[in-house]
Amino acid sequence: MTRVVVIGNGMAGSRLVEELLRRDPTLEVTVFGAEQRPAYNRILLSDVLAGKRPAADVTLTSMARARRFLGSEVAGIDRVAKTVSTADGIVAPYDVLVLATGSDAIVPPVHGIAGPSGQLLDGVFVFRTLEDCDAIAARAKRSTQAVVVGGGLLGLEAARGLLQHGLGVDVVHGMAHLMDVQLDGAGGGVLRRSVENLGVGVHLGSFASRVLGSRSVTGVGLADGREVKGDLVVLACGVRPNVGVARSAGLAVERGVLVDDQLRTDDPSVYALGECAQHRGEVYGLVAPAWEQATVLADVLTGRSASYTGSRLITRLKAMDLEVAAMGDTRPGIEDCDDELEVVVYADPVRYVYKKLVIRNGVLTGALLLGDTSTAGVVSQAFDRGSALPEDRSALLFAPRRSAAVELTDDAVVCTCNAVTAAHIRESGCTTVPEVALKTRATTGCGGCTSVVKGLLASCTPALERTVA
Amino acid sequence: MTLSSGGEIGAGPKGLCRKGWTAASLLRSPERLTSPMVRDRKGGPLVPVSWDVALDRVVHGIRLAQAETPDGVAVFGGGGLTNEKAYALGKFARVALRTSQIDYNGRFCMSSAAAAGNRAFGVDRGLPFPLADLAEADCILLVGSNPAETMPPFVQYLTAMLDAGGDLVVVDPRRTPTADLATLHLGPQPGSDLALANGLLFLALEEGLVDLEYLAARTTGFEAVKAAVAGWWPSRVERLTGVSEPDLRSAVRMLASAERAMILTARGAEQHAHGVDTATAWLNLALALGLPGEPGSGWGTLTGQGNGQGGREHGQRADQLPGYRHISDPAAREHVAAVWGVEPSSIPGPGRSAYELLDSLGGGGGPSALLVFASNPVVSAPNARHVAQRLASLDLLVVADLVLSETAALADVVLPTTQWAEEDGTTTNLEGRVLLRRRAMDPPEGVWSDLQILNGLAARLGVGGFPVEPEVVFEELRRASAGGIADYAGITYARLNAGENLHWPCPSTDHLGTPRLFLDGFATPDGRARFFAVDQPDEAEPVSQAFPLRLTTGRVAMQYQSGAQTRRITSLPGDAFVELHEDLARRMGIVHGERVKVSTVRGEAWLAAKVSDAIRPDTVFVPFHWAGKKRANSLTGDWLDPISKMPAFKACAARIDRITG
Repeated sequence: MTRVVVIGNGMAGSRLVEELLRRDPTLEVTVFGAEQRPAYNRILLSDVLAGKRPAADVTLTSMARARRFLGSEVAGIDRVAKTVSTADGIVAPYDVLVLATGSDAIVPPVHGIAGPSGQLLDGVFVFRTLEDCDAIAARAKRSTQAVVVGGGLLGLEAARGLLQHGLGVDVVHGMAHLMDVQLDGAGGGVLRRSVENLGVGVHLGSFASRVLGSRSVTGVGLADGREVKGDLVVLACGVRPNVGVARSAGLAVERGVLVDDQLRTDDPSVYALGECAQHRGEVYGLVAPAWEQATVLADVLTGRSASYTGSRLITRLKAMDLEVAAMGDTRPGIEDCDDELEVVVYADPVRYVYKKLVIRNGVLTGALLLGDTSTAGVVSQAFDRGSALPEDRSALLFAPRRSAAVELTDDAVVCTCNAVTAAHIRESGCTTVPEVALKTRATTGCGGCTSVVKGLLASCTPALERTVA
Repeated sequence: MTLSSGGEIGAGPKGLCRKGWTAASLLRSPERLTSPMVRDRKGGPLVPVSWDVALDRVVHGIRLAQAETPDGVAVFGGGGLTNEKAYALGKFARVALRTSQIDYNGRFCMSSAAAAGNRAFGVDRGLPFPLADLAEADCILLVGSNPAETMPPFVQYLTAMLDAGGDLVVVDPRRTPTADLATLHLGPQPGSDLALANGLLFLALEEGLVDLEYLAARTTGFEAVKAAVAGWWPSRVERLTGVSEPDLRSAVRMLASAERAMILTARGAEQHAHGVDTATAWLNLALALGLPGEPGSGWGTLTGQGNGQGGREHGQRADQLPGYRHISDPAAREHVAAVWGVEPSSIPGPGRSAYELLDSLGGGGGPSALLVFASNPVVSAPNARHVAQRLASLDLLVVADLVLSETAALADVVLPTTQWAEEDGTTTNLEGRVLLRRRAMDPPEGVWSDLQILNGLAARLGVGGFPVEPEVVFEELRRASAGGIADYAGITYARLNAGENLHWPCPSTDHLGTPRLFLDGFATPDGRARFFAVDQPDEAEPVSQAFPLRLTTGRVAMQYQSGAQTRRITSLPGDAFVELHEDLARRMGIVHGERVKVSTVRGEAWLAAKVSDAIRPDTVFVPFHWAGKKRANSLTGDWLDPISKMPAFKACAARIDRITG
């Protein structure tokens, strides 16, 4: 029986365990989780912060039977003896080891942010775990003004969540526009308008250089001298892959643990996935790639042939009244169009709407939908699959309008019971429903088309009168 | 004879569709079979013979096929049979043939929803409430159903609801005429409905729309479902289904804000290798919103087949005895054996499901003789080329039908039968209401009813107990169903004749029937509805470079089922087609009306292109009523649902090619 040890009980690790045991229930799986809690759905943390969901609701209840050690930090891997040992003295032998250690929040090394012991100044938090979430929510109860450092995806979700607690909220972001990794400048500008419209202050173009306050935080100072006051500071400055254990074990590590298309490290018994893994130069920080990797790895580890060739990233901002879908390379502008590159833009900043498609050789390689994501489904699928695009590109930007007064073509069947077309009715010369019924039998079956017939008569009667006149 | 829409027939609402009022023209069609026919040898011609000769030949063949085991003979029934015939056919298989090998075409229709209903409620009745409740609803969500084309009279309920200000949400990969009526149309990729339902439940949880009081009082198992849907956040649902988050939110809000709301699934959601789980996902959503068992609300499944409900209650299913009893249940066997006057141990156990049965014919260990009643599997079964080969390998194929269907054309013995207007009989519609249909005219000379045929065969096999009078059969059915889930004990021809509206269960003649189930409790041991956690599986047949399109199948307005009847009615217009999006057509240089070839790894069909903007560009649609080179089921796959054994009619990988030269 194969013994699989998984280090990490987050989104990637827990998913892998589910997928593995679904394929082969006889596997002996052991999981080590650094957090005390059972696995939970990190994607819902901003809902928890916003008070939309109780913390208990984000637990990823597992139906899979695995040995789980929670609150148990792995101290070392012995790749020769093939064992994993924890700080509290557990030693687990493995045939296959999987690293799913995830990543840690980055704490920027700015003046005043932490005490000599490395402890964050009172009132300053990272936003990474459910525990962080609880702590921020608790602090928010006795705070009045929050500052979020970082205007990326997570920072904006945090800001939106903090608004729900009744706090004033400012966002400081060192780059020239919000969500600069995903958005172009114009999109960033529209997003800024929407964020400000919600009542959030936005401070761009200068990095936080110091945290103000001695015993408790009182604000954030920017490199250009501006100061943003606040008694609660949330750091949303990105994450760093958690590769300490892998590095100590002598595995090949760059930014993340290096893996091949089978998610294998340079040790054939050791695999890695999720935010700690680096595949073809990419380290992914979203859940979707981790779950795609989990599917592939579960196949590989149960003897099926499978390859992971990389993920297409789609970023969705999950925050009330802020609709953002971003994918692929969105930088090219309309001025860059040529034989191979097509850029389509729709901008209505006053209504907080901005949409953009980047198409290369007929394939969607990037897209932005801000303020109106009503076509996110079709756009996501087109981007994911590289499928052929509609001739009319606007079909990717706007949902079809639905109105009762659809112009029926002549061959449209109005009465399905009797196969009566719009032309039959238009050309019947009738002006009332009973006349139509007598002459064409339309409406005499189920009667479901009566309102359509009425509409048709209404729309063609004036024309008839004009003809007569 | 002519038909008018004065009476209340079939689906229940007033009115007939064109299939309805042209149906009479088949009664005296020149294509009506009026004499039994027998083929002397494989490949020889069908020759008219007397009933005695034909039935003797059948019985001779049965004896040969059963030389080693009673299971050497199989029976294939139909959801179009009356309750009396379905009952008699089930009894004939178990008592006269003593074979376990009986199933019916309803397996291809209702089995997934039936299994989901049984799993959650402990009972399967298409609608656990009267049809008329639909008109009173504030919101109806239809999944994979196109009644505006497939059963037009039903649409009255939807338009009445819409006119009163209600919301209609239609889930269908095609923008069908039904979707055109809707307040909101969601167009997911075929086969992804399960993820869509889980995604809606995710949002219901996020937006606090779940009915916690109802969950606590009337259900079990929600925690596991909550965990299962936690993985279906909106952007993940978008990527899989193609339905955008704003539409997902609108749909769930419409449902949750309605005082009376219904979720109704149909074949589009159910005819998949994960059909039971898909129906269950929608049922979970209905339960989470607190709908089933509340007046005016609920979950249901739509059926349009003549006796789709009654046909699945009285024993023509492989695992079933009359009254919706389970054939493996000792108490059920004892009860039914007493009614039949046989030893419980003589009743065979469960047999193969419809496709498994067809797949097993004529080969290693499978039956070598098959009796088909009211069904045309050569057209209606999936992977139909393979099915036709299995049928051709039989030693004896007997088909009872009113016209020479494609299946009858392969038969060794063809038996001409009466049809609806020529005989008495009851059917049970989707709301569990039993309808009595009276004989209106004499059958053509030389034609027998199915009950007569069973009687004649049983007599030759030396077995009694097969009366030919429908009412006598119904009296026995009442006793056989008494105490079962579908209890007809209190329903009589006299009460139905007097105009009573009787929905089962109706346990005694002074009982008024049960129009609304579950008001006081569900039919589970603890009276609570059961949640069941389900997840979207990988696609059975993903699209590939060679087969880049998703094929889905369905019906059109003017045709019915395998088309054996409606294709013969000349006043019903239309021809087979493949519907494809105009962008796809433009890229391939296909013009409207052009004949194209649609293929899958299993087979091909030659069809006229119907170019439209009402279908997803990655999906093509082929209606399944036609035979020969236009047969949709030459294309479909034969993966079965592990629980219901429903084949995956609604999604497989396909390609389109122009026919050049």
